[in-house]
Amino acid sequence: MKNKITPFILLIFLSFCFIIFYKGLNNSNTYSPQTEDKKNIPIFKAKDFNSNIYIDSDKIFEKNSFYILNIWASWCVPCRKEHSLLMELSKNQSIKLIGLNYRDNLENAKKFINELGNPYSQILIDNDGTLGIEFGAYGVPETFIIDKDKKIIKKIIGPINQEILKEIKLLIK
Amino acid sequence: MKIFKIFLIIFLFLGFSQLKSDEKNDDLKNKILKNIRCLICQGQSIYDSESDFASSIKLIVEKKINDELSEEKIYEFLREKYGDWIIYDPKLNKNTYILWLLPLLLFLLGGAIMYKKISIKK
Repeated sequence: MKNKITPFILLIFLSFCFIIFYKGLNNSNTYSPQTEDKKNIPIFKAKDFNSNIYIDSDKIFEKNSFYILNIWASWCVPCRKEHSLLMELSKNQSIKLIGLNYRDNLENAKKFINELGNPYSQILIDNDGTLGIEFGAYGVPETFIIDKDKKIIKKIIGPINQEILKEIKLLIK
Repeated sequence: MKIFKIFLIIFLFLGFSQLKSDEKNDDLKNKILKNIRCLICQGQSIYDSESDFASSIKLIVEKKINDELSEEKIYEFLREKYGDWIIYDPKLNKNTYILWLLPLLLFLLGGAIMYKKISIKK
């Protein structure tokens, strides 16, 4: 009896190990953070790109309005690619685009905006990247859609494309 | 002269206690940074990484320590922003039950087998 049970237990154990390793190997080893959770926007003070004056987040994000926060930098190549789509999005009256200039040289950032146009109603400066961290960002470009209750309803990692643009338009309808 | 000596002793004492407190904060900062995963350069901790993301996290952690936030509160802040994955030492929750309990179960199973073998020999 004992001899019959031992191979059976061994088989179950090996099958269990096989399933664990098989599932583990099939998973992507690149981390992608959760992007669907609704989170409150952080409370912060940030320097304005044009006036150099510190502004409270409450004065930037007002209730009953949709916002798109886009993290960008002049040195970031994908930011250049998505800029035309942001220009298109800025024509939409029901949303306000806020730019967060991430770890950039101010002169280069100004050149970037002068060259490609300014889709943002306000640009904030994040010299050391800590403001990006408060939003839960981990690089550039990154885009956050903020609803009328000041909650982040979507986080887009990487440059936006036509498909994402359509999705954004649907979300703010 | 005596007053000067007293002032000097107080000054040195204050300087020393400040140094001690900075050292304590640095130790805590390093401990936390070693326990945070760099999400850009996987396989490295924030402490080891020189990426932009890592340097921003280093500044945030330093700021939170200066604001007198506890170690657990800092981890909570990072978890809220980036999920459990950012911390090397995972919390016990429904996703990590197997991770925490399986070694214990295997240990108990091994112990039971050994106990049985020994008691049979006796």
